[in-house]
Amino acid sequence: MSTAPGEKLINPASASLSEVHRPSSQVVHFAEDAPLRLDCDQLLSPFSVAYQTYGKLNADRSNAILLCHALTGDQHAASANPVTGKPGWWVSLVGPGRPVDTNRFFVICPNIIGGCMGSTGPASINPRTGEPYGLDFPVITIGDMVNAQVRLIDHLGIDQLFAVVGGSMGGMQVLEWAASHSKRVHCAIPIATAAYHSSQNIAFHEVGRQAVMADPDWCRGAYYAEGKVPRNGLSVARMAAHITYLSEEALHKKFGRTLQDRARVTFSFNADFQVESYLRHQGSTFVDRFDANSYLYITRAMDYFDLAAEHGGVLANAFKGTQTRFCVVSFTSDWLYPTRESRLIVHALNAVAANVSFVEIESDKGHDAFLLEEPEFFATIRGFINAAAAKRGIATA
Amino acid sequence: MDKPVTTTTPQTDRADHLLIADLVAPGSRVLDVGCGDGALLQLLADRRNVDARGIELSRERVNACVARGLSVIQGDADRDLLNYPDQAFDYAVLSLTIQATRQPQTVLKHLLRIGRKAIVSFPNFGHWRIRSQLLLTGRMPMTENLPETWYASPNAHLCTIRDFADLAELVNAQVETAVALNSYGRQLPIKRSIALQNLFGEKAVFLLRDRSR
Repeated sequence: MSTAPGEKLINPASASLSEVHRPSSQVVHFAEDAPLRLDCDQLLSPFSVAYQTYGKLNADRSNAILLCHALTGDQHAASANPVTGKPGWWVSLVGPGRPVDTNRFFVICPNIIGGCMGSTGPASINPRTGEPYGLDFPVITIGDMVNAQVRLIDHLGIDQLFAVVGGSMGGMQVLEWAASHSKRVHCAIPIATAAYHSSQNIAFHEVGRQAVMADPDWCRGAYYAEGKVPRNGLSVARMAAHITYLSEEALHKKFGRTLQDRARVTFSFNADFQVESYLRHQGSTFVDRFDANSYLYITRAMDYFDLAAEHGGVLANAFKGTQTRFCVVSFTSDWLYPTRESRLIVHALNAVAANVSFVEIESDKGHDAFLLEEPEFFATIRGFINAAAAKRGIATA
Repeated sequence: MDKPVTTTTPQTDRADHLLIADLVAPGSRVLDVGCGDGALLQLLADRRNVDARGIELSRERVNACVARGLSVIQGDADRDLLNYPDQAFDYAVLSLTIQATRQPQTVLKHLLRIGRKAIVSFPNFGHWRIRSQLLLTGRMPMTENLPETWYASPNAHLCTIRDFADLAELVNAQVETAVALNSYGRQLPIKRSIALQNLFGEKAVFLLRDRSR
């Protein structure tokens, strides 16, 4: 393999960083003369968007579905993750014969900007310095992520996406697409999400960021050159966040007070309980695949998201005149993005008489339910997509 | 929170649905409040090429509707109608649901506001079989249309055809059409003989519009 520019500076202390500079997926580079204007008023250039595609674009380019990933997701939705070797994060929903049927649709999944899997982010090389951006990377927003995706869709020669689908932060991108580029979105499927980040959610993110920044190996964001990774900080951030992705019931069912490979407590701070061991494992495997600075930037982008505020304080204004068909999905045990947040979106859509379906799926799996094969969830997604595709005249597989 | 019950009457009898479909202009926009399993929405979309949307309280029924490709949201007639703008639809339909709402008068006002016209169907509590059951047994009537016991029934506000006509008058609604359906699904137009139809109609369908518009 040839060495990419700036490769020599990178100490592969984190396994995932190889994907930052040389993603194993497709990638489109936008040169200096095609900068991305960010919400913070800075220009990002040059910049890259790494993406995966599944299925084939049809002749009239009408069958494209854009998948938007969540905070720690990536472009490898329906194929093996090159860092972990594990199946894609949405492999149960997306694939041949699946609800998002790759025999019928051309599915595009980009890595968000700010990410660490090949799209430009804080671990990417800053062309001005020849070193990773670190904290010199501009603070980005959900809108910026979507604008980078718009450039990718332009590059692929697609005028209108048949559907934009995403859960959690992916759902925020779906809403942003529907609000800012409604003519280019035939259907929008925001799942387990909200039109703004709640105070509680900002609070959890702040705990995570403080944990990262309190780690001496973070080096004020310049750990790349030091050959360090703020492992402990990022791991604690992930552990805290992971709790919010589950539900009390799910934790209780999975672990209860079961001890980890021992008959009694050890009167120490070892991982006596299975749940502790599980969280530590979640923390440490996360560090192996994710960049700490990306975590800071992406959580910040989520905190800043407030679609109503972008539209004069009235959420309905974001969707005025929309022709997009919406399918809003929430899960009963999701306390991170509870059903009432989805209902606010639905009410705003009702207020502009938009075409909207809204389902609340019964699940005890918490927020993470959107990543799992919940039969009722899949049946509604399949039904909604098939009905909309039939109306749009997209051939069956 | 939400009880998985709304449409209180079995939807096997489609005579009222067919009647509603006849009242709706082809190609119009319709909101079906309390759309149940989506049978009416499907009928309107298939036969009248209607842009049909629904609201349903029961999560299971909503999910089944969306899985069938219908545009339905999980919601509550008592709580969620106020979010819709004035005259967003050509017709706002309340099919065999008004008796299960907490605030029938408010719900009816919203229907008349959201739709250029409102269509309301309801089981007629003035039907002779119901009257005779109450008279002869001294107990709350139970019929094919009202199959639950009084304590299990979600129906909080049952009414007769006369009662509903009074409510329509109260909220300043002009009755454009009113039809009773007997137990065989035969249509009995409600004109001068409201007393008779109030006795023989099992269900009634009213097409209304707000007089002040």
